Amino acid sequence: MKNFKFILGVGVFAAASFFFLSADHIDAPAVQGGTSDITDFYAFQGEDTNNLVFVANVQGLLSPTASASASFDENVMIEFNIDNTGDNVEDLVIQAIPRDGKMYFFGPVAPGTTGLSSRVMTDATQTVVDITAYGESAMTETSNGITAFAGPRDDPFFFDFNQYSAIIAGDATAFNDPGTDTFAGTNVMSIVVEVPKSMIGGTGTINTWVESKSK
Amino acid sequence: MKNLKNIFTVLLITLVAFNCSDDDDATMVVTPTGTDFSGTYTQQDQMGRPAVNTVFVSSGSKDTFNTTIPTDQNAGFQSMFEANLTALSPAFANPGDANALGQDAAAFTGLLATDVLNVSLDGTTTFYDGTNVLTGRNLADDVITVELLLIFGGEDFSENPTLSNDNVSENDKPFLASFPYLASPW
Repeated sequence: MKNFKFILGVGVFAAASFFFLSADHIDAPAVQGGTSDITDFYAFQGEDTNNLVFVANVQGLLSPTASASASFDENVMIEFNIDNTGDNVEDLVIQAIPRDGKMYFFGPVAPGTTGLSSRVMTDATQTVVDITAYGESAMTETSNGITAFAGPRDDPFFFDFNQYSAIIAGDATAFNDPGTDTFAGTNVMSIVVEVPKSMIGGTGTINTWVESKSK
Repeated sequence: MKNLKNIFTVLLITLVAFNCSDDDDATMVVTPTGTDFSGTYTQQDQMGRPAVNTVFVSSGSKDTFNTTIPTDQNAGFQSMFEANLTALSPAFANPGDANALGQDAAAFTGLLATDVLNVSLDGTTTFYDGTNVLTGRNLADDVITVELLLIFGGEDFSENPTLSNDNVSENDKPFLASFPYLASPW
């Protein structure tokens, strides 16, 4: 019975054509492989526990060779959204947008309008950091208590995607033990910003998500 | 598992009960640079929790999901998520089936359909560390195995063991203790 359930499960699995590619890498046709394709989003307490760290990665599955020539797109803004009133509407945003070798961060600031269309909040607190080139040590900048980084990093995501694909295709019936990290040896373009918790609500629980928006 | 459920209940209560926090810290106004930031920027992609769009959204709807604001996601996608979950996982094949958080298919997909990451400002931040549930997402969190367990593992994480863990539990490079935390590129 267990076997039957299992086979049934895999069959339905394959028939439903689930594209469980990864965390968010190449998740949808419109963004797949482009400069606005978000691969991952993280939010965690900083080394200084008074701070919270936001990480957005874009442009996944970069080989070392591809990483050397990869760049952020000046027409793509990455926007961290923060809801600190529990209604899943952003009360604050942190916007990151590149210009001429630097990543400009604006905020945390209340957005001009919530939702799908944004303008850059140029009057907000501004943090500017040189984009770290491939092969250089990480260049970071701290001002007004906010620390920022932008540049290529190792993809922090790990998953045996190849074996998962084999299961979906019906070529395997189980994960391997140990598995193999499909994302080993690949890089992403990473944006990291650390802000004092006092700037985003101070205490309680926030709801947060990241968006890419293009001009 | 009882602890996990209790913690989750507390989390839910916290989510519902917490109030507005003041965010009136002084914002320093910086003179705009000469750099041009004008124009309207339109949404392309979005993400809250890991793998939600890739796993639960049907292939023809993925771009739509990426351009649906969180407050509209539940109405637009919860029933799709539930149908896909019950088709995907033998652990949700029968009425009354639940995951280790005590959520049936409707409750589980009701949580996931609004794709935001819940993050605590008061301590440990983790997707799941054995004690804390959905208080953030650390770089080292094995989020895929957590999600596989919640999808395939059944009420006590024991069902479908060969599908509920990919047996890759850490990154290929160690993370840094200090900013920018992510490892240097390959």
